[in-house]
Amino acid sequence: MATIQVDGRRYAVDDRDNLLQACLTLGFDLPYFCWHPAMGSVGACRQCAVKQYRDADDTQGALVMACMTPAADGTRISIADDQAREFRANVIEWLMVHHPHDCPVCEEGGHCHLQDMTVMTGHHRRRYRFRKRTHRNQYLGPFIAHEMNRCITCYRCVRFYRDYAGGTDLGAFGAGDNIYFGRHREGVLENAFAGNLTEVCPTGVFTDRPHSERYARKWDLQFAPSVCHQCAVGCNTSPGERYGEIRRIENRYHGEVNRFFLCDRGRFGHGYVNRDDRPRRPEWHAAAGETRVLDVDEALERGGEALRRARRVIGIGSPRASLESNHQLCELVGQDNFSTGIAEREQVCLARMRRLNLDAGLPTPTLREVEAHDAVLVLGEDLIASAARLGLAVRQAVLGRREVLAEARDIPAWNAEAVMTLAQDARHPLFIAYPTTTELDAIAERCLHLAPDDIARLGFAVAHAIDATAPAVGGLDERTRATAERIAEALRSARRPLVIAGGSLESPAILEAAGNVARALATRERRGGLTLVRREANSTGVELLDGRPLEWALDALGQGDADAVVVLENDLHRRLPGERVDRALAAAETVIALDHQRTATWERAHLGLPAASFAEADGTLVSLEGRAQRFYPVYEPRYHRPESRIHPGWRWLLALHAGLQRRTLPDVAFDDLTRDCARRHPVLAGIVAAAPGADERVCGLKLARQPHRYSGRTAMRADLDVSEPSPPRDPDTPFTFSMEGYAGFDRPRREVPFAWAPGWNSPQAWNKFTDEVGGHLRGGDPGARLLEPAAGVAGHVDAIPPPFEAGVGEWRVVVLPRLFGGEETSSRAAPIMARAPAPTLRLAPADARRLAAEAGDTLVIETSLVHLTLPLLVDAALPSGLVGIPAGLAAALSSGAPARLSVVPGDGEAQP
Amino acid sequence: MRENLEPLASDGDGFVLDPQDRRAIEQERRHYEQPQAACIEALKIVQRRHGWVPDGAIVAIAETLGIGPASVEGVATFYSLIFRQPVGRHVILICDSSVCFLTGFEPLHAALAGQLGIDFGQTTDDGRFTLLPACCLGACDGAPALMIDDDTYATVAAEDLATLLEAYP
Repeated sequence: MATIQVDGRRYAVDDRDNLLQACLTLGFDLPYFCWHPAMGSVGACRQCAVKQYRDADDTQGALVMACMTPAADGTRISIADDQAREFRANVIEWLMVHHPHDCPVCEEGGHCHLQDMTVMTGHHRRRYRFRKRTHRNQYLGPFIAHEMNRCITCYRCVRFYRDYAGGTDLGAFGAGDNIYFGRHREGVLENAFAGNLTEVCPTGVFTDRPHSERYARKWDLQFAPSVCHQCAVGCNTSPGERYGEIRRIENRYHGEVNRFFLCDRGRFGHGYVNRDDRPRRPEWHAAAGETRVLDVDEALERGGEALRRARRVIGIGSPRASLESNHQLCELVGQDNFSTGIAEREQVCLARMRRLNLDAGLPTPTLREVEAHDAVLVLGEDLIASAARLGLAVRQAVLGRREVLAEARDIPAWNAEAVMTLAQDARHPLFIAYPTTTELDAIAERCLHLAPDDIARLGFAVAHAIDATAPAVGGLDERTRATAERIAEALRSARRPLVIAGGSLESPAILEAAGNVARALATRERRGGLTLVRREANSTGVELLDGRPLEWALDALGQGDADAVVVLENDLHRRLPGERVDRALAAAETVIALDHQRTATWERAHLGLPAASFAEADGTLVSLEGRAQRFYPVYEPRYHRPESRIHPGWRWLLALHAGLQRRTLPDVAFDDLTRDCARRHPVLAGIVAAAPGADERVCGLKLARQPHRYSGRTAMRADLDVSEPSPPRDPDTPFTFSMEGYAGFDRPRREVPFAWAPGWNSPQAWNKFTDEVGGHLRGGDPGARLLEPAAGVAGHVDAIPPPFEAGVGEWRVVVLPRLFGGEETSSRAAPIMARAPAPTLRLAPADARRLAAEAGDTLVIETSLVHLTLPLLVDAALPSGLVGIPAGLAAALSSGAPARLSVVPGDGEAQP
Repeated sequence: MRENLEPLASDGDGFVLDPQDRRAIEQERRHYEQPQAACIEALKIVQRRHGWVPDGAIVAIAETLGIGPASVEGVATFYSLIFRQPVGRHVILICDSSVCFLTGFEPLHAALAGQLGIDFGQTTDDGRFTLLPACCLGACDGAPALMIDDDTYATVAAEDLATLLEAYP
């Protein structure tokens, strides 16, 4: 700690900070551009100048850049000093020389850091009367729009894109007065985190392109605290709604999870909420294929009657639905009839992951904690594809070596350029074992491209090398053994080693191997972490409900053990072969589907009930960290579409339950459902504390979803009715669908719909909500962790698979997750589909030669269940004997399945 | 049939990296820890052969060094003596920094521009000369100075120009 004097008053600050961080943490409004809490200082923009004085006798002082000056004990500075003020106003004026006067038509307007800083410095009159330099803009893909004329050359974009996120295709070109930030050639920005440029850029050079299609200012959007549903990481988001559509997703700061950044799937994958073809009213699908739209009462009557008539009702839950909805389904059908809706091969992995979280002796680090690990082993995960934000955190962990080196030379961690120049390519060790290349390979010490069983064998060998009591792997070749030794050595000598594995390759052996490595490390010393990647938003949570696998449910229906089924927000056709699903559904007397998407399963249901998506429902999800987090409805769907009959899944299920028992629907509060769920499942006891109750108030007020400048409320429904209805009520949450309510920053609160503080309209406003810049929310970071390791360390597992051997004329399928197009709901969003690469079939070069096939040839892959044609991609990294298929193509193709391949004749070059 | 040939680097606009230049770049690469560090030398190697750095060369150099084309383009566009547009057979740099400015840059520039019929950034119609400003040629003791290709000329007077230029056909 240090004491510094700011404008004559003394403050206690952290002496590891620079003066800008210290001043912002103290709550001063000091303007800045190039500094970013996650990226440190480079002193490029000269905007944060303050006057520094040597001692009490120094009346002259000297201007210094706050971001480049340590907050050393005894420092005396003035922010209010006239010269410093004038200097800052002048800097803004210079930066604005070439900036267009286009705020009214600029999509950054209203959440623009440059606007905020311009107002803050008082620069309100342009004196530059000459020609402005102009640039040509580039097409950067479906996510990001480019308007270079607005650039103020702060270099934040390339610092984020290249240094922080590891992208290579965004550059800074030119010199002096003529600098351009863009791609070398027009084209799609390749990095998975490019969307963050919209928030990192202090002005409107990079803006949200899908938002541009249906644009509204930030102050005209209605927000709620939400949790991303597009993978299992659990990033916090702020979806913004206008006219009953989600218009954009912004990062919502969480001090332990996503902090400042989201991946592009999370940011741009929400379009499925707005689809025109979404079911919005209950539907009855008659046998002849005709559809009747029903009213709610009629739908519930038919549903209740069908359930009453049924001998036995099976409930099929979903890892993309909330705990509360799944729990209500379980209550409706009974625990014995409840399936998680997850295919057995995946559920086996999920169960194993839960066990490892509890008994392998190492805790799951939060993403922030991941960044503090100094040796990482990744077994069988392509993190940028399966849990992108976690991959970004692993990148920071590996780059963390820079800070260790800097500390040894007394260079403060915030001094970004100095730290980078010093460290050059020095990195903490990262080892990746995966069937093919991954994006993180570029920063890994060793990448091993292995078949799943060989990945497991490597893991077991590493465990044995750390702890001799772990089972040894027989028949290991010298090179793998030496690699295992090196990995073991790196993990052993690390201060905080991290082991990452997961269910992507659906290999229990890989998970057990990761478990042995964790146990080996935990037996030596209980430090380090074990992160296990799950696939979907609530995979971790639904597995905790102890349901049966999906196959069991289908068998029960197919064999006539049950004659009715309720499917909750789950497209079974994406999990198991369609024919098998269809057979089971056809055998059932009654199929009731609840969903917010028109899926193959929905089409086959007799009764379809339109469920709310994440944007219209409340619910709790459990992330792969084991963190239970609450998401809240962003808007009431009936407000803009009075004909809509969308309700949260749990509400439909409560109503069906009441109908089944011929009761009237009880008046149940959402908090009661959460409590009920926690009571029934002791492992979920923590979910009640994961979020504030509906009775939470700040200054006696509910919390506002709309910024106080929200405009047009009286007019926006005028096409439906000239009299304005009262805003929808929201008894289930502490929020209001209104600008009336608390929306400030000064009272600590955990759930913040949108960040705004006086003078701070941009996402930089989050600095007003945290205990220190880049720290934790003053009201506490949202959520509650559920899965902490038990006291002991369980014994090693001895289930080492034999080495993988390529078959003759037969290949083993590996299903490879992909960020874009590999996930169910985001694949229904137009920008994601535009960004998704065309699916290909991957083969090792030797295998392609054996088939006499060349890249681009059409191949047929055949298993006992599926026949699929795909273009060939020859993958030099893939081990021979494997065939790589992108995830999300065909449910019938699962990792490990044997497949035959053939080339489609006549597709190659014409024979002479 | 194409066999045992080195892969040709080309990005479609016709540029082919000369095998000798490729070897020279690879040689430079070995002098540094970081591939980026060899960027300037690689650009100079290409410019030596072609007189300037065509678009295709950026991609070819990036491939040879194993870095992104954006990094190479960043370096190429930063340095004013790496030419990203075609230049004449000879490049004339006139120093316009303070010492030369005080000692006669302006009349020298006017005379040169008048004789060649071009201004800064332009090339004569016959493709013989390109005229560029330079912020310092390190010849302040002999100001005003100019440079034609690799030759520096000190205390140049407007009337010397015709003779000077004749040496550069």
